[in-house]
Amino acid sequence: MTGAPRARRRTPWPLAAPAILGLALLVLPLVGLLVRTPWRDLVGVLGQAEVLDALRLSLGCATIATAIALVLGVPLAWVLARSQARGIALLRSLVTLPLVLPPVVGGVALLFAFGRTGLLGRWLDSWFGITIPFTTAAVVLAETFVAMPFLVVTVEGALRAADQGYDEAAATLGASRLTVFRRVTLPLVRPSLVAGAVLCWARALGEFGATITFAGNLQGVTRTMPLEVYLAMQTDPVAATALSLVLLLVSVVVLVGLRDRWLSAGAR
Amino acid sequence: MGVRLDGTIARGDFRASLSLEVADGEVLGVLGPNGAGKSTVLRTLAGLLPLVDGELRLDETLLDGPDAAVFVQPEQRPVGIVFQDYRLFPHLDVLDNVAFAARCRGLRRRASRAYAAAWLDRLGVAELAGRRPDQVSGGQAQRVALARALAREPRLLLLDEPLAALDTRTRMEVRTELRRHLAAFRGPTVLVTHDPLEAMVMTDRLLVLEAGRVVQDAPPAEVARRPATPFVARLVGINLYAGELDPATSTVRLDGGGTLVAASEPGTAGRVLVGLRPSAITLHVAHPDRASTRNAWPGRVLGLELLGDRVRVQVEGEPSALVDVTPGAVAELGISPGLEVWLTAKATETDAYPDVATLPA
Repeated sequence: MTGAPRARRRTPWPLAAPAILGLALLVLPLVGLLVRTPWRDLVGVLGQAEVLDALRLSLGCATIATAIALVLGVPLAWVLARSQARGIALLRSLVTLPLVLPPVVGGVALLFAFGRTGLLGRWLDSWFGITIPFTTAAVVLAETFVAMPFLVVTVEGALRAADQGYDEAAATLGASRLTVFRRVTLPLVRPSLVAGAVLCWARALGEFGATITFAGNLQGVTRTMPLEVYLAMQTDPVAATALSLVLLLVSVVVLVGLRDRWLSAGAR
Repeated sequence: MGVRLDGTIARGDFRASLSLEVADGEVLGVLGPNGAGKSTVLRTLAGLLPLVDGELRLDETLLDGPDAAVFVQPEQRPVGIVFQDYRLFPHLDVLDNVAFAARCRGLRRRASRAYAAAWLDRLGVAELAGRRPDQVSGGQAQRVALARALAREPRLLLLDEPLAALDTRTRMEVRTELRRHLAAFRGPTVLVTHDPLEAMVMTDRLLVLEAGRVVQDAPPAEVARRPATPFVARLVGINLYAGELDPATSTVRLDGGGTLVAASEPGTAGRVLVGLRPSAITLHVAHPDRASTRNAWPGRVLGLELLGDRVRVQVEGEPSALVDVTPGAVAELGISPGLEVWLTAKATETDAYPDVATLPA
């Protein structure tokens, strides 16, 4: 209140100076983007069929990728958190690998696995006549590959931190392991589940490297927003700026939406 | 019918071999210091820990038997447990917490809630139905946790320090009430506690566990009168001495020095424990000449402690003793630390009994 400013302690400059520089580094590019945004042409640019295609594709694929990540990733997180099997530590680091792997490398790896001559792709092609690369399915697959670890890591952390006493109590009340998971474990980690899903979705939405390598760059089929931005940058920087703004807007909305969840998840 | 456990329980590196049996309608108290294995007993009964060897049977059904390769999972055991910290599910309201077991049995939501409401009513907390666990007091949470465990319709009821999380005032209320609910439960009950009063009031029989072994298995009154170890003696507030009884003279030569003339059942000889209530000892400032008290020995006052309406005096001597006197006597005799005093105790109040547990040094 009134006495607080007087008693406030100064931040030492060896901490303050790098902190300010760091902040500038993070914020300045965003300011630059806002300054250069052609506000007047915005509607025109965003109305283009090509852009709408990309936007629709991006939102759709990111959502499907998140759904897949939830269905597969949550059980995976549970196994990683609760299994006492040997080698589970190795599995855990394997799962987090896509977090640190350059996405382009991920794309190449996906080609080797699901490509026409790939490990699994060969059989998909010869048995079912299914080819994945350079289709919308490839976009979803690439996004899931890159984004699912975010969900798994978030949920696994929450499951580890969760009080297993509740699981025990549920078991003594007659709940099978599956019932315990469904009715006790999952509701208790719900804040982290939501946070993980949103993170996963945001990461999928921004996916570039793995997508362009594994799925290519076909308008309406695999050309998502990030690809569209990159392409526009070569020919029409104004359009690129406008598209970037849309992605920035989506990110901000996600961040604001996440803030409360994130905090409450941390407080648990 | 009842529950019978005979074998080795384990938790981490901790091992304890024990045998316990609780009949229908009986409340067995498991008393012991921290780390004695009390909770391990409960967890093993509930199926949260497996037996290392031996057998656990409930109504003659084998629940856990390593030799027979049998282990019934906790969700398959008709066992209700009230945890020390209650463990009410924070994401469900009180009603749904109590309805949980019924839902797991396959009852529809509506039926299970009606069933749960009846249990809440029976425990006198019907008005809490819509509250979240963090919106009820400790005493209320305890009742809800008991309702939830009973709504499982268990054959065996387990309580882990049921009153430990409550403040003193609430504890008194809940204790009486809990006793009533336990009396209404038809199956065997096992209650773990480190509170002697809780153990005395709520149980029919006490199993004293120390460092992973049973040192006493007797009715509470017997444990209070003839504690088997210093730990129990301290809990029930009795002076306890180990020594050698000479039946010819009724004299016990105490391990820590000194002798006491004691009363004992015929045939008692050899290693004995001598129990002496603090209120059975009298303090004097001068040597008591009266011959009627056979036990008289000198000592020095170490400290005083006010216990309600009496003062507990700690006296060093052979043997050392806790002595209860009235505040009036403290003033009259001028009792203060450092004072040289004489202690006397009637032989008839001095109870010698066989040392079955053999005292740890």
